[in-house]
Amino acid sequence: MPAPSSAPSPPAIAAVVALDGVGKTFANGVVALARLSLDVRLGQFVSLLGPSGCGKSTALRIIAGLSEPTGGRVEWRETKSADDAANPRRIGFVFQEPTLMPWATVAANVRLPLKLKGLEADAPARVTAALARVGLADFAASYPRELSGGMKMRTSIARALVTEPALMLMDEPFAALDEITRFRLNDDLLALWQSLGKTVVFVTHSVFESVYLSQRIVVMTPRPGRVFTEVVIDAPHPRDQRFRTSAEYAGYCRLVSEALAEASSVSVC
Amino acid sequence: MDCRVKPGNDDPILDRDKRETLQETMTDPRPKNEAPARPDRALRVLLPIAVLALVVALWEAVVRVGHIPPYVLPSPQLIYSTLLSDWAMLSAALLVTLTTTLEGFFLAAVGGVALAVLFNQSRVIEYSLYPYAVILQVTPIVAIAPLLLVYLPQPAAVLACAWIVAFFPVLANTTLGLRSVDRNLADLFRLYGATRWQVLRELKLPAALPYILGGLKIAGGLSLIGAVVAEIAAGSAGAGSGLAYVIVEAGYRLNIPRMFAALLLLSLTGIVIFFALSLVSHLLLRRWHESAIVQEV
Repeated sequence: MPAPSSAPSPPAIAAVVALDGVGKTFANGVVALARLSLDVRLGQFVSLLGPSGCGKSTALRIIAGLSEPTGGRVEWRETKSADDAANPRRIGFVFQEPTLMPWATVAANVRLPLKLKGLEADAPARVTAALARVGLADFAASYPRELSGGMKMRTSIARALVTEPALMLMDEPFAALDEITRFRLNDDLLALWQSLGKTVVFVTHSVFESVYLSQRIVVMTPRPGRVFTEVVIDAPHPRDQRFRTSAEYAGYCRLVSEALAEASSVSVC
Repeated sequence: MDCRVKPGNDDPILDRDKRETLQETMTDPRPKNEAPARPDRALRVLLPIAVLALVVALWEAVVRVGHIPPYVLPSPQLIYSTLLSDWAMLSAALLVTLTTTLEGFFLAAVGGVALAVLFNQSRVIEYSLYPYAVILQVTPIVAIAPLLLVYLPQPAAVLACAWIVAFFPVLANTTLGLRSVDRNLADLFRLYGATRWQVLRELKLPAALPYILGGLKIAGGLSLIGAVVAEIAAGSAGAGSGLAYVIVEAGYRLNIPRMFAALLLLSLTGIVIFFALSLVSHLLLRRWHESAIVQEV
């Protein structure tokens, strides 16, 4: 049996982004987040786990700057220049849906961030490289409607990678996929994470997915969303099918499921 | 079963994905579709033609057997020969009406899209002007035309009529299209710091394109109607011009075969405009929009 700790891992490396008592109350009075505090450390794979409607996505949108918190602060690690490659504010975002432009080819979709940021110089090479990383090199000229669900999501991941972000924010990206495709994308995501050394914040409502992927799982309570507990998954990477069927994995899943059940009972949905 | 991390193309699952998709993209549209589609498409063309032939034949027979005089109901044969004998005058009139229609349509397309973009960019302008666009639309054009003829020279008045009727569907559809942008895509543009102009050009206009084309299809027919209405309102005051004027004038002279011939040309003009716009729409949307994709059952 693993010896999971409920305490956050020691702050060996500084947080790239820290949420400090962040709250979000929408105009209609719904309290999505209340006093959410969370550190994301450099190179870490962190999952936000919680039932639907617990404010996980809202937290992610606040980190991305797509939504303003109504309380608390978001602090970023200081960097020298704004366009420094290590600047944590270089964000890649993957939505729950593939969110591709249906009128544009796969290559044009992946190129979009470069176009918008005016980084057109070596765009074709970067697009080709990003597509190769997700295994879609042969589909550059296809239109999104010609792709399967998994391939659309790969395109979406390639688009997030193309600017070489320091921080990847992923909002339940594989929730709508079938299990076989999801497992495969989980594996590929881990491989990408290991080879590229990105910091990843991954939102999910799947205990099994979060345990398989993460170094650290933040279990959240629903309405208002806040951190209930954190679980460190102390299993070495690379992880593969053997880990997925191991007693260690099952042990972590039970532990996290229990934490999630407890978190859900804290407040009534 | 081994599902280890193997980024690359040799993976069995991705390969399966690929094969399926390749099959979809490569074999789907043509070879499989052609067999069941061909008889269906042939029927869609042949059946209306058969109906037309039947009606024309019946019409011809009724006129001949009943000895109906041409000033009551001319036979298709007579209409056809009138079309040929009056061709010089009819074709000149057709050219006038066609020019007005196309000019009106062009101005409506440009004006409608431009105004919708302006409304989309500025709420103040939208709130200030939109009600008047609606008023212009709901007031019957037949009632506006005589007034326009008072204040404008006839060609300008006819053009203004064609424009007024045709521009609203473009405006309304484009406005709707510009607002129907995928929220996540809009967020994505925001995330990468897109400028207003980039959002408009790269996101809103492409997203609105199917709506704009829908509006243009309606506007094409309406601009013809607008031109005709204005010509009729101008009536005998109009210095001999478009097809509608020919119809009015031939009516005064009880030259019924010429009325039919001019009507036939008007109707053909409408049909050509409709098919031309459908073709443009199909060509622009066929790669990506649901409306243009033939689904195999």
